[in-house]
Amino acid sequence: MNAEKRDRGLLRVDVDECKGCGLCVEACPPKVIGMSERLNHYGYRTATYAGAGCTGCGICFIVCPEPGAITVLRAVKRPADLGRRFDTAIAGASECTSN
Amino acid sequence: MSNELISDYEVSHAKPKAFYERYARKEELQHQTHFCPGCGHGNVHKMLAKAIDELGIQDKTILVGPVGCSVFTYYYFDVGNVQAAHGRAPAVATGVKRSRPESIVIGYQGDGDLSAIGSAEILHAANRGEHITVIFVNNAIYSMTGGQAAPTTLIGQKSTTTPGGRNAATEGYPLHVSELLATLEAPVYIERVGLGDNKQIAQASRAIRRAVENQVRGLGFSLIEVLSPCPTIWKMSPVEAQHWVRDVMEKTFPLGVFRDRTREAQPRPLPEPEPALDQIPRILGIADKDLPDGSSAKNARAEEVDLRVRVAGFGGQGVLLLGEVLAEAGLDAGLEVSWLPSYGPEMRSGTSNCHVRLSSQTIDSPLVTIPNVLVAMNEPSLRKFDVSVRPGGWVIYNGDTFPEDCVREDVHVLALPFTQMADELGDARACNMVMLGALLEITGVLPQANIDAALHRLVKHSKWLELDERALARGRELYRESMQELAYES
Amino acid sequence: MHKQLMKGNEAIVRSAILSGCRAFYGYPITPASEITEAAALYMPQAGGVFLQAESEVASINMLYGAASAGVRVMTASSGPGISLMQEGISYMAGAELPCVIADITRGGPGLGNIAAEQSDYHQVVKGGGHGNYRTIVLAPHSVQEMADLTALAFELADKYRNPVVLLADGFIGQMMEPVEFPQRAIEPRQPEWAVAGTAETRGNLITSLHMDINDMEQHNRALEAKYRSAERHEARAEEWYAEGAEIVLVGYGIVGRILKAVTADARASGINVGVLRPITLYPFPSFNFQRLAKRARVFVVVEMSNGQLLEDVRLALNGARPVEFLNRMGGNVPSHDEVLAFVRELAQRTSSTIRPSMEQEEERVAHV
Repeated sequence: MNAEKRDRGLLRVDVDECKGCGLCVEACPPKVIGMSERLNHYGYRTATYAGAGCTGCGICFIVCPEPGAITVLRAVKRPADLGRRFDTAIAGASECTSN
Repeated sequence: MSNELISDYEVSHAKPKAFYERYARKEELQHQTHFCPGCGHGNVHKMLAKAIDELGIQDKTILVGPVGCSVFTYYYFDVGNVQAAHGRAPAVATGVKRSRPESIVIGYQGDGDLSAIGSAEILHAANRGEHITVIFVNNAIYSMTGGQAAPTTLIGQKSTTTPGGRNAATEGYPLHVSELLATLEAPVYIERVGLGDNKQIAQASRAIRRAVENQVRGLGFSLIEVLSPCPTIWKMSPVEAQHWVRDVMEKTFPLGVFRDRTREAQPRPLPEPEPALDQIPRILGIADKDLPDGSSAKNARAEEVDLRVRVAGFGGQGVLLLGEVLAEAGLDAGLEVSWLPSYGPEMRSGTSNCHVRLSSQTIDSPLVTIPNVLVAMNEPSLRKFDVSVRPGGWVIYNGDTFPEDCVREDVHVLALPFTQMADELGDARACNMVMLGALLEITGVLPQANIDAALHRLVKHSKWLELDERALARGRELYRESMQELAYES
Repeated sequence: MHKQLMKGNEAIVRSAILSGCRAFYGYPITPASEITEAAALYMPQAGGVFLQAESEVASINMLYGAASAGVRVMTASSGPGISLMQEGISYMAGAELPCVIADITRGGPGLGNIAAEQSDYHQVVKGGGHGNYRTIVLAPHSVQEMADLTALAFELADKYRNPVVLLADGFIGQMMEPVEFPQRAIEPRQPEWAVAGTAETRGNLITSLHMDINDMEQHNRALEAKYRSAERHEARAEEWYAEGAEIVLVGYGIVGRILKAVTADARASGINVGVLRPITLYPFPSFNFQRLAKRARVFVVVEMSNGQLLEDVRLALNGARPVEFLNRMGGNVPSHDEVLAFVRELAQRTSSTIRPSMEQEEERVAHV
């Protein structure tokens, strides 16, 4: 993967906590959040990240009424060879949103 | 864009630490709140928790929860939690903050809680400038109880108790709490914010943080009113409800800062250090070393004392003081004493009387229904109590002539114009002491030293003390003179 | 210790501060205002909090806050004000918060008058608020007891984590008698359940809310167990020539004083009479009644209300002995003569019409 092409932000949705109100979908400036087709096990359709285009602005987090349903990560800009956690973060995010 | 490489991601927005990791106090679904999807309470909770995190005050924070949808603040906030009765959070917060001034006390209330049932508590807490922060979540309805009208319900807004829509003619107008409280002198910071769109939400977060920070800085009362969506009761989707806040609610409740005195407000001064425990008796005026030692006076008394006195007159004649001096002197002489003021409606209607007992035995009842001495400072008092005097007892009456129909063969009477005598001494108001002098001379129960001691304790002003001493002596003299006259006559 | 002449209402505040009370919230009402006034004077000097609240509703909730923070706190009021406090008293009992409430009673119902009655008995002793709870109620009959029972009230409030009411009539509040105070002030330990704004107390919660029905029942059972324990250990009464008395006069507060005076005169004229004066109205000193009932022929309840104490006396005796009743209301006090005449008349009547006690029956049988 080429670090220079990576997004400035990332978001994770905890599908157990999300109630599917859709406020984040409405609020997201780059419109990279949608609603899942599948219901979570409480019967809510949950927010889901499109997987690319997040700017890390955090607006989805602020408008989300659930304390921990959304976590936003922002890119740290420094020489690539100093950071190794990048892939882990991506992996964590995708694991969450794919549930 | 830049030469820097994106090498890593850091969490920038996550669940604040002031929330519990898991909501163990909840019965079920312990990882999510009990709020409906799209409810503004969750947002406000997050903003508050974030402010607590940022200000580093989690250990010091005490959150006072309301009754309403947000009753379970203690499920979520990992801070000290006190759950208050409906509307009473500002009073509860006052009680907490005043006793724990170092803590950060935050009241959290809805619009039914704060603006209806708790309207008095919030008004007075604000007016006293309590050093608390109040988060006031206004969704224009009673949500928890199922959608009844609130004082904040909009004109025309339907609720289960305004089925035809709120009508100003019968239900009045939406109550503007922020504007109302901003008319008060004491509050430091009052702002109304909304959750109507991204921009409003960001501002709400800033305002809440400021309101908490003001308390950290010791500045005084801060209140943030948050216009907040209730999709469930409003019967809207979360997004529609959010827009309704901005497009409809805000027209009735304009956003803005209604009070900001954070610049000029002075931080609260530190409380005075508490006095040492061993100083408390002295502060209360009950330290032994400040009190007369009555024990020496308790030496063997030759005769039994059982003085039951009723003193009666008009208010302002010194009825109560006469009794008090007598009781105080009795105590000084080592006797058992009691003093009971006439109590009840009479207290305010111009007449006044008191019961005084001095006894060498334990006093059973402090009520004197059958006095052995009646001090009647005017005729109505004489008429009221004359018949109650024990046969063989005394009536000391302030008047030129003793009313004929009050004459009893079985009691002794000393009737003199005592007021006039006191006037001759310099002030008619010393009449009570002239009569007390006569009483003391007649009964002979108390040594003069005890009277002097009592008088010195009760009469602080030297001018009055001197007059009262002369009045007492004059009273004694008057009785002796009357006895001599009697002796001549017989 | 030295005695000094003081009003009952003033003695309460001094005793409270000596007992470590450092917060007072109140609202003026006759005849309890001297307590609030004395608190206004002394509480700040002692390093405590005094605040005149906007209402009794607010003051009791301020007590709720201060008690939550782990501070010894009190208020004072009278009938109408106590009615307004019932909401908060119920919440405090539910949340198991200690506090002391001085109720200096006046005439009722409604605005009534400001003369002394004992008509707050039901609303205080039976718990005038909602839910399954009790308040511990202490009934002083002298200025010394105003001081002593205030100290006890704070102890019991902490021990049982429950509101304690000091129930006194206007006479006891307004009258002056010699009183002596301990010369040592107490500094109570902060209870471990308090929410004090510290790291150690961060996990604590004060609430009366129990959403789960089984939790709610369990909480009520726990409260019940606590009240049963108080009933076993805290019932107090004064017996005055009551042991072996044929006629037992029952009354509390100022009435207790009158009954003692009547007893002296009645005994002087050969009537075997004594006084049983409840000091705790809840827990009610039922044991004393049951014990005295073995010898007594009849109990006479004298009160300044409409038979409110009478109900508890009847419950305590459970039909073992007849109960006669004499009361005055509106601010009238049962006079010495009135009670004495009642006792004399009863003494004449008892010998012929009232069944002798069980033991006396047994004795008679044994003699035959």
